[in-house]
Amino acid sequence: MLTISRELVDRIIAHATADHPDEACGVIAGRGGVPERFVPMENAERSPTFYRFDSMEQFRVWREMDDNDEEPVVIYHSHTATEAYPSRTDVSYASEPHAHYVLYSTALAQFRSFRIVDGVIEEEDVKILEPGV
Amino acid sequence: MAIEVRIPTILRTYTDGAKAVDASGATIEELIGDLEARHPGIKARLVENDKLRRFVNVYLNDEDVRFLGGLGTPVSDGDTVTVLPAVAGG
Repeated sequence: MLTISRELVDRIIAHATADHPDEACGVIAGRGGVPERFVPMENAERSPTFYRFDSMEQFRVWREMDDNDEEPVVIYHSHTATEAYPSRTDVSYASEPHAHYVLYSTALAQFRSFRIVDGVIEEEDVKILEPGV
Repeated sequence: MAIEVRIPTILRTYTDGAKAVDASGATIEELIGDLEARHPGIKARLVENDKLRRFVNVYLNDEDVRFLGGLGTPVSDGDTVTVLPAVAGG
């Protein structure tokens, strides 16, 4: 299960909405599996059907996480014409077995989370923590 | 001559879980050859048809080797090489 604050959910949706119809992507860093620090990334492909983190930006962000003892707890991206379910491409490039892969569909306003390990997709529940709760 | 190579989570199955290993060589290509000798199987995850795989990023210190000389990029003692699978999808 992914447990995530309402604020972070809203930021993912806002980023996806702003970049629509291109796919938006980013990472939420954290410790102990708790997503905390929102890091929107540039989609180096600027494409409605593909995303790739810019290699130098990824290097800087991954090093920052290393320095802070953080890990990429959430890796998110948007689908802008299809449902929020990992595509074959998503599965073939999934390289962080410990991350929650969050997909947001701007077409369908769907927010869903998955584990992708060794080519296998497993959907998980999302628990959103509302402010003040 | 030792160069530190930082290994991403997904490739640590080849390095017995080590986050960083030492390797040697005069170029990125030789370094990867030496890595393969020490950690069999890892090369195929980095190189395909004598080129870096498209969705694997290799950095020499702070630079992506694609912007340097690719596999032919010279490396020297004390350098750090970082491997990161590109975060990508569709």
